[in-house]
Amino acid sequence: MSERKTWQEVELGVELPAATSLGYKTGGWRVLRPVWNASECIHCMICVGYCPDMAIPVVKSEEGVTGKGGRVFKGAVRLETNLNYCKGCGICAHECPSKCLSMVREEEAEQASCKL
Amino acid sequence: MKEVYEVRMHGRAGQGAKSGSQLLAEAAFREGKYIQSFPEYGSERRGAPTVSYTKIADQVLRSHEPIVNPDVVMVLDFGIMRSIPVAAGLPDTGILIVNTKVCSAEIKKLAQFNGTLYGVDATGISLELLGMDTPNVPMLGALVKLTGIVKMESLEAVLREHFLPKIGEEKVQKNISMLRKGYQEVFK
Amino acid sequence: MGVRKAITGAEAAAEAMRQINPDVVVAYPITPQTPIVEQFAKYVADGIVDTEMVPVESEHSAMSATVGAEAAGARAMSATSSQGLALMWEIVAATPGLRLPVVISLVNRALSAPINIHCDHSDVMGVTTLGWIQIFSENAQEVYENLLLAIRVAEDTRVQLPAMVNQDGFITSHAVEPVEIFDDALVRKFVGVRSLNRALLDVEHPKSVGPLVLPDYYFEFKRAQEQAMSKVFEVYREVGTELSAITGKQYPFFETYRTDDAEAVVVVLNSAAGTAKVAVDAVRAQGKKVGMLKPILFRPFPYSEVRDALRHVPVVGILDRSMDFGAYAPVYSEFRNALWELDKKPATQSYIYGLGGRDIMTTEIEAVFEELLSGNLDPEHQRYIGLRG
Repeated sequence: MSERKTWQEVELGVELPAATSLGYKTGGWRVLRPVWNASECIHCMICVGYCPDMAIPVVKSEEGVTGKGGRVFKGAVRLETNLNYCKGCGICAHECPSKCLSMVREEEAEQASCKL
Repeated sequence: MKEVYEVRMHGRAGQGAKSGSQLLAEAAFREGKYIQSFPEYGSERRGAPTVSYTKIADQVLRSHEPIVNPDVVMVLDFGIMRSIPVAAGLPDTGILIVNTKVCSAEIKKLAQFNGTLYGVDATGISLELLGMDTPNVPMLGALVKLTGIVKMESLEAVLREHFLPKIGEEKVQKNISMLRKGYQEVFK
Repeated sequence: MGVRKAITGAEAAAEAMRQINPDVVVAYPITPQTPIVEQFAKYVADGIVDTEMVPVESEHSAMSATVGAEAAGARAMSATSSQGLALMWEIVAATPGLRLPVVISLVNRALSAPINIHCDHSDVMGVTTLGWIQIFSENAQEVYENLLLAIRVAEDTRVQLPAMVNQDGFITSHAVEPVEIFDDALVRKFVGVRSLNRALLDVEHPKSVGPLVLPDYYFEFKRAQEQAMSKVFEVYREVGTELSAITGKQYPFFETYRTDDAEAVVVVLNSAAGTAKVAVDAVRAQGKKVGMLKPILFRPFPYSEVRDALRHVPVVGILDRSMDFGAYAPVYSEFRNALWELDKKPATQSYIYGLGGRDIMTTEIEAVFEELLSGNLDPEHQRYIGLRG
């Protein structure tokens, strides 16, 4: 941790920079990781809407991405969950209508990604 | 004139003792005097006994104490003398002015006052000229006649300044007539 | 030169606010403060000021909205009294910590119970520890000038703390006295506009105000707040000098009246100080050397200056218009503390007077002088002026 400020250095009236939550990476709390099977995803955006941490990025894709049954999905598509902010609550997996998300223990997921 | 000239007004809330003492103070202020005018607040309801003070001086008034030995006491409500010792602290050489149609030994007794009692039918004047009972203005006319503490012109100017925006020219004129009638009709 | 008007202390406060022309005024009515905001609301309705007037449903909301407006970057003011200040208390405590230079008019009045609407200093003495600058006023003229002074001291970058300007309920707030109102243009130039370098509503520099601070930092913020308070003295002097250029008057931390050769001095706040001056003159006329000291800047408290002013005085009577039950009265405590450093300490005597609007007469203060000069003192116990029994 950095040096703490003295009383001579503290900001006037406890004023702090705003929009600082991006710097607060809550992904470290996670016990279970949502592992996304993109080939089963129908890009319905239900997980995106339910995610309490807005940790599932959405982009606009002109060329499209391949999902369930080899179908190409164009327009708004989801990407890999941003693990910097995902707390592993599992709501996405619970709500997913095509069962393309599974919650895996963090250490197992870590091993699996290392093998890759 | 003594160092601080002091007038105490007794009335009932709604009769204008507070504004009466303020009008008097502002008239003196117009003449370059130092003044203080302040009411004593009890329970704030119409009809409750009220006391209001005016101090007039040639020097800055620093003390904020109430008036104990007034030069003049004005009683805006006759009935109040039955419950309030209006003449308390008023020396026999002082002036007591009561809103009444008659002056008598009985009234002096009621007021517990041995000096000279003056009367003015402020209620009668006010009802006749304005159609409502606001005795403070005719009482001020009587005060000017008896003491000359301020000029009539000053009081008339203050009346106009205060009331013109609120009640209009016609009623201001009526108030000025009330003031003059009080001046003319004060009696012993 | 200004204009002389016959107005009440409440109207004098409203006149100062008219000239300050704050961005926001938030208030809830409570007697005897009501006529301040009533008069100011007329200025708003008549378009004489540009202020956004916000009527709210309680004093707690009034102070909250005032603080919110001030944090947003506005110059925000309010006024209250007694129970109103008590209901504001939570936010009154928060304001200095936020370093927001809110300025309020406080019309001093007793606290319940028993219910009483009249003057004493129980309301203000209940908030002396919260970190507000506190300025006291003897009469309507001082109310007006102290508000102008307060806004500049509070907003100075070295200070940035809230301030309350006190006046006695009814005795000052409702008494008509001559007041000189100085030239609008000169006063407006003097008060200027509040610097916006800390405005919350600055979209280029987003920030959060009033966050949680844990034990690792809270202490440092409070120490910084104390530092700001200690800067008030020099800022008060500077701003006072600037205001003198308009008014021709001096703005000391306290006023002394005939204390130079005094053998007994009374200390008294607000309107009773005027009455005490008359008493001083009366006792002096009998050949007795007495004087008076009237505190003006009560927070921060000018200990060393007070000590210097009283070091030569054999006996000092301190008059309090409130009590600290089971302890020394608040003004008495400050003066005892201030005099403690002296090798040869003046004798002191504590007096309580005027609670709940009880009148204080010149004759009573004259009697205090007699007692002080007689040497009949009991510094461990307070005495009561004008109390039955």
